Amino acid sequence: MRGSLVPLLITVGVFLAGTLACSLEFPHFASTLVLGDTLTDNAFLGVVAVGMTFVIISGGIDLSVGSVIAFTCVFLALAIQRHHVSPWLAFPAILAITAGYGAGMGALIHYFRIPPFITTLAGMFLARGLCFVLTTDSIPISHPLYQHLYLYAIDLPGRGKLSVIAMIMLAVVAVGMVIAHRTRFGANVYAMGGNRVSAEMMGVPVARTTIMIYMLSSGLAGLAGIVFSFYTSAGSSLAATGVELDTIAAVVIGGTLLSGGQGYVIGTFVGVLIQGLIQTYITFDGTLSSWWTKIAVGILLFGFIALQRGLAILSARGTRAVAA
Amino acid sequence: MQVPERKPLLSIEGLTKTYPGVRALDAVDLHLYAGEVHALLGENGAGKSTLIKVLTGLTGRDSGRFVLDGQEISPANVIQATALGIGTVYQEVNLLGNMSVADNLFLGRQPMRLGFVDKRRMRQQAAQIVAKYGLKIDVAAPLGQLSVAVQQIIAIARAVDLSARVLILDEPTASLDTQEVALLFDVMRQLRERGMAIVFVTHFLDQVYAISDRITVLRNGRRVAERLTRELPRIDLVQMMLGHELSETALHRHKPENEAGETLVRFEKYGKRRYMAPFDLSVRRGEIVGVAGLLGSGRTETAKLVFGIERAETGSGRGLVSIDGKPTHIRSPREAIRRGFGYCPEERKTEGIVGSLSVRENIILALQARRGWLRRMPRRQTDEIAARYIRMLDIRTPDAERAIQFLSGGNQQKALLARWLVTEPRFLILDEPTRGIDVGAHAEIIRLIERLCADGLSLLVISSELDEITAYADRVVILRDRAHVAELSGSDVTTSKIMTTIAA
Repeated sequence: MRGSLVPLLITVGVFLAGTLACSLEFPHFASTLVLGDTLTDNAFLGVVAVGMTFVIISGGIDLSVGSVIAFTCVFLALAIQRHHVSPWLAFPAILAITAGYGAGMGALIHYFRIPPFITTLAGMFLARGLCFVLTTDSIPISHPLYQHLYLYAIDLPGRGKLSVIAMIMLAVVAVGMVIAHRTRFGANVYAMGGNRVSAEMMGVPVARTTIMIYMLSSGLAGLAGIVFSFYTSAGSSLAATGVELDTIAAVVIGGTLLSGGQGYVIGTFVGVLIQGLIQTYITFDGTLSSWWTKIAVGILLFGFIALQRGLAILSARGTRAVAA
Repeated sequence: MQVPERKPLLSIEGLTKTYPGVRALDAVDLHLYAGEVHALLGENGAGKSTLIKVLTGLTGRDSGRFVLDGQEISPANVIQATALGIGTVYQEVNLLGNMSVADNLFLGRQPMRLGFVDKRRMRQQAAQIVAKYGLKIDVAAPLGQLSVAVQQIIAIARAVDLSARVLILDEPTASLDTQEVALLFDVMRQLRERGMAIVFVTHFLDQVYAISDRITVLRNGRRVAERLTRELPRIDLVQMMLGHELSETALHRHKPENEAGETLVRFEKYGKRRYMAPFDLSVRRGEIVGVAGLLGSGRTETAKLVFGIERAETGSGRGLVSIDGKPTHIRSPREAIRRGFGYCPEERKTEGIVGSLSVRENIILALQARRGWLRRMPRRQTDEIAARYIRMLDIRTPDAERAIQFLSGGNQQKALLARWLVTEPRFLILDEPTRGIDVGAHAEIIRLIERLCADGLSLLVISSELDEITAYADRVVILRDRAHVAELSGSDVTTSKIMTTIAA
C-alpha cells in the first residue's frame, strides 16, 4: 500500500511542523508535561477514533459514538454512585451493552440494507435519548477507584506523567494496529472498503465483518466512555456532544480515505494529536477563543479532503501512465 | 467433431433459462475438455453472459445439468462454484485495487502464524506465484497501480491457485492493447499445457483463431454449433453468428444519380487510444451511411466519437472535423448539437428516453435544452410541436401527456427520433434504430429513415441487421476489432459482401 502512505506522511509532517512552530513560539512547549497532558486530555477521543477508523476504512460511518460515550458515563455514574455497584462489574457490563448496541446497528446495516449514515444517526438519537431517560442530572462519581487513579500514573522523564487513561489509549492504538494489519478481520475490512461486491465474490464473510466492525466501534465508544468518566469523574447526559464529528475529523486528518479502503490506525492517532496540539496552542496563547480549535480543525479537514481528491486524480493518471 | 477417446471435463447438457418474456438459453449444450481453450461466441442477446451466470451460480436455471469430471454439480453461488473448481475472471476485474497484490492473491486464506497473518510468508508465496506467470512486479504494491492486463493475470492467478480446473474468462481482452493481449495469451497457453479447461469469451475474431481450440456459437439463446477451430472457416463462423446465408439476394436500393451531393461532414484520423483506431469518415448531404460489424467491433464507439460523447484525440493532423468544408471541432455532445447533429443511442431505456416524462416532454427535450432552460418554451408551442410530430411519425399514444414508459418499443423509438427531428438536424446518427422493435414497426422505421434522407438529411445508421443496412444505405462502413477496415458502395452493398469483408 505504498501509494496510500502519502497522506499518512503528510499528516505526520503537519504534526511535526506544528510542534516545531509551537516550540519556537513558546519555550516550554516541547516538554513531557505537555505531551502527557495532551495524551490524557485526548485519551477518550483516541480510543473512539480507533474504532471509527475501522468503520471508515470499511466504507461506513458511525455517528452514534458521542451519544454512546454519554450513555456510558451516565450508566456508570448511576450504577457506581447511586446503586453502589463495583466498577469492576459495571465496566464489563457497559462494554457488553455498547458492543451489543453496535452489533445491532451492524446487523441493521447489513440485513436491511439501511445506509450506515441513517442507521447510526438513529443510534445516535436513541442513545442520547436513553441518557435522559436514565437521568437528567449530572452525577459526580466519588468512588475510591476514581479518586486514586492518578496514583497509578507513570512518571515520564522531566515533569510529565503518563496517566492511566493515556496508557489505555496507547494500548488501544497498538491493538488496533495489530488488528488492522495482522488479522484476517483487518484484511476483510480493507477489502470491503475497496469494493464490497468484489470482496463478497472473493469470499469475504460480509455479514459477519459488518457486524463486527460496528460492534468494535460501539464497544470502543463504551471504553472511551469509561475513560471519559475517569477524566471528568462524572456522568452527564449532555457529555460528549459532537464528539462523533471530532472523531471523524481526527480519522480523516489522519489520512484515512472517507470513501473507504485506505487508512492507518497510527494515522488516526496522529490526527488526534494534531487536534490536541491545536488546543494546547490556544491554551498557551491565552488570548484566543477556544472556538479557534474548531476553525483550525475545519481548515485542516478541508485541506486533507482536497489532498485526498488530488492524490486520487494523480494516482488515476499514474495508473494510465503505467498501463501505457 | 467429437474426439471419441477423450471425455469432457465439464459438460453442460440441455441448459434452459427463461427470464420473463425471454428465453435466454434454450437447451444449450457445451463440452469443455481439459487442456483446451474453448471460445464462446455470439452477438448481443445470444446468451453468453447468461450461460456464464448460470454456470457460476450467480443465477438459477430452469432445466439442464452440469457434469464436472463425471459428477453432477449445481453451484448455488460464486463461492461454491470456486470451491468446485470453476474460477471466473470478469471483464471488469473483480479484485481490490486498494489492496496489495499479495493481499489480493491470499484474501481469506492468508498464511497464519500464532493467530496472526504471516505477512512475510504471504509475500514470499505471492512472489512465487507471480513469478510463475512471468510477471516482474512488487507484490506489496497496490493492485490498482498496475495495468489492466497485469490485474487480469493476477485475477487468473488467484482463480487458478484456488485449485480451479475450469477457468472462465469473460472478455478479458476488451480493454487491452496488442502487447497486453500477447502477454495474456502466453498465460492462457501455459495454463492449457497444465491441463486447464478454459472458456474464452471475446468479440475479436482474430483472437479466437489465435488461441482457441474449439468454438461454440450461440445465437438467440440456442447453440448453433460446436466445432474445432481449425475446422471452422472464418466466413462460416461469421455466418453462424449473424444467422445469414451467403446466397441471400441483395435488396440494395440503387440510388439514382443525385448521389453526388456535397460532403456535409468529414472526419479525418478520428480516434482514441484504447477505444477506437483512427478512421476517416465523410457523409454527403442526403446520404445514408451504414455501419456494420460484429458486436464489440466499434460500432457504438464510432457513434460516440462522432457525437462528441467520447473526445477524439487531436494534434498532428489527427482528430480533424470539417462541416461544409470548414474546419471545426466537436468536443462535447452540446457542441455536436449546436452544429446540427443528433444521436439516437442504442440503449433507449438508459440513454434515451426519460421514462416518467410524457411523450410531449420527451419530444421537446433536446430543443428546450438547446434554447437553454432560462428561455422556457411556451406550453402552447410545445403542444403544437408534439402534436405535429406524433401525427407525422405516427406515434401511437392515447395522448401526448402519457408517460413514455408505457409506450411500445417502436413508438418510444419514434418519439426519440422526433426529439431530434424537432431540432432540425443536418446530420443524424441512429444506433440500432430497430433493436427491440416488432416486425411491423421495423418496416415503418426503415420507411421513415428513407423519407428523412429524401428530405436532404444525412444519416449515419448503425445496425446489426444486415438486411436493413443493405436496404437503405448508400455506403456501408465495415468495422472489425475497433477499426474501420473497409467501405462498400454501389452494387457492392450486399449482405454477402458485408459478411465476407467482416470475416476477411
